Amino acid sequence: MNHPLDKYLRLEAFPTIWCPGCGNGIILAALARALDKVGVDLDKIVLITGIGCTGRMATYLYTDNAHVLHGRAIPFATGVKLAKPDLEVIVVGGDGDILAIGGNHLIHAARRNMDLIVIMVNNQVYAMTGGQVAPTTPVGAYTTTTPYGNIMETPFNAVKLVSACHPNYVARWTVAHPVQLTMSIERCLRKRRGFRFIEVISTCPTIYGRLNKMGRAPDMIKYLKKVSVIKPKALPEEAELSPSRIVCGVFLDREEEGYIDKLNKYRGEAVVGT
Amino acid sequence: MTEKVELVHGDHACAMAAIDAGCRFFAGYPITPSTEIAEYMAKELPKVGGVFIQFEDELGSIMAVLGASWAGLKAMTATSGPGICLMAEAIGFAAMTETPCVIVDVQRAGPATGAATRPWQGDLQQVRWLSSGDYEIIALYPWSVQETYFLTVEAFNLAETYRVPVFLLLDAVIGHMRERLVIPPKDKIKIVNRPKPLGDPKALRKTFKPYAPDPETLVPPMACFGEGWRTRCETSAHDERGLPADNRPDIHGALVKRLCDKIRRNYEKIVKWDSIFSEDCDYLIISAGFMARICKAAALELRNEGVKIGVFRPVTIWPFPERELEEVCKRVKKVFVVEMNYGQIYREITRVRKDAELIPWLNYEPPTPHEIVELVRDRI
Repeated sequence: MNHPLDKYLRLEAFPTIWCPGCGNGIILAALARALDKVGVDLDKIVLITGIGCTGRMATYLYTDNAHVLHGRAIPFATGVKLAKPDLEVIVVGGDGDILAIGGNHLIHAARRNMDLIVIMVNNQVYAMTGGQVAPTTPVGAYTTTTPYGNIMETPFNAVKLVSACHPNYVARWTVAHPVQLTMSIERCLRKRRGFRFIEVISTCPTIYGRLNKMGRAPDMIKYLKKVSVIKPKALPEEAELSPSRIVCGVFLDREEEGYIDKLNKYRGEAVVGT
Repeated sequence: MTEKVELVHGDHACAMAAIDAGCRFFAGYPITPSTEIAEYMAKELPKVGGVFIQFEDELGSIMAVLGASWAGLKAMTATSGPGICLMAEAIGFAAMTETPCVIVDVQRAGPATGAATRPWQGDLQQVRWLSSGDYEIIALYPWSVQETYFLTVEAFNLAETYRVPVFLLLDAVIGHMRERLVIPPKDKIKIVNRPKPLGDPKALRKTFKPYAPDPETLVPPMACFGEGWRTRCETSAHDERGLPADNRPDIHGALVKRLCDKIRRNYEKIVKWDSIFSEDCDYLIISAGFMARICKAAALELRNEGVKIGVFRPVTIWPFPERELEEVCKRVKKVFVVEMNYGQIYREITRVRKDAELIPWLNYEPPTPHEIVELVRDRI
């Protein structure tokens, strides 16, 4: 029997490599549902991922896709978008991929209001390599490279960081909010222009949950439900992210010209100027 | 259409040729002595509907080039040795994903920041061995502004034919020199485009294999994004469908072998060299790039003195024209390798001719032909 979302999936690549209880499945499903609701032409979608557990998502969506180097999904996606602006280019990456090794590309793509959708899956840890500290690991949390707790480093707040670059859209949800997440992706697909960023707080019961005694996968989802607060029309400065409070919502939703809009005008100037 | 003759800056000749070869995407980061290529592209690409973007670093520049190539455009970046260092990871990625691209390296004196912006033939081995693992690249090395134009076009043609990264090695001396350039009429420029899969993507894509090679060339036809093939660009070891197969030693091994063999087997079609006075000589100077030009003048001076000496110039540094060199070396008593470095192509030559003598020019002020004459004369 077929699932209604089967046509969005590259079924020959299944089963996924993800552990039971991983948040990535929820995010892939949200992406497929959003594509379905908006009714986009799948031939016009390119999904690009970097390295890590989330990096494997590009294998599973039945579109053109690219699984590229660690941290380099955003610049690769930028090249794709600039070369073929009619494509909707979506990047999905982990917090290590997007914020650590790829952090510079993230802020510059946001600054340029580059016409990309970037979904950052934040599980607070380097999971594929076995549980090392990430730039998102909360203070005090245990990882294999902070065996006495993450005492020294303060984590990034990606919503505040990206919002400071004034892109067209910034939102945060958790994998305990699949409906809102789907709606956010839909909104990004319908907007069509500018840099659109969604942070998704995710669960890694196999590694992060175990190291920090957070229980099994359902316990981690229950925890996310407990600590998260949905704030309508929240401001970026209100986007608190801590083990005791996760503010969710849409922090920026602007209709500024995207990079491609400006590029088209610029090209016109260049031709007139000759 | 007729040819045009202009006095052209070497970096500009490269950029002009790139546009003439069909390049429509450039991403880069400023670095002397390559920056004039970026500046030219920034001015000219928008006029032909192309895209120029200055990136935050070289890591991003090269990845944007590869993304644009997967979206169907001919794409290029230009940098110098320190920028090439940052592009290392992406060259392995380009080799693995078989992405056509051209990387111009206008070399400068290293290591590290070195004697910034001064000439040095320091990147000849660097471009070959940038990334981890086994793979092949192509590197071309012109000795004049005119040849820079021709080899830039050729770089695109080779990148498209074999789906590999192609380096154009330039010397700071060539890049920053103005010289006579004959620009051929457009209809006289041979342009090669990447092989494409045939048929209706919608009907064929369920069984389409984006990495199934042509049995003759070993190059898979390239399905690009947005064409309806639902193709895959995959950095991990992959099967012919483009699905990750990093847990399959047989698939990984066969893929690595093919990535190398598609260049090794086509060696005869790719290699280029130049052999000057070598039909009739007792001694041979081997030199590349701008140093070969100085060596040619030195050889003329020596021949006027009655010394039978020739010059062999590899034009493709990778693959190195070692079979041709071996033939020439059989006929001479002694071989000298003259480079502005401490022995880079010398390493390749000693595999052909163990007694070759290195004459390193370790001074970023280039020698005069007469200085080379004296160094050679002392040794014969």
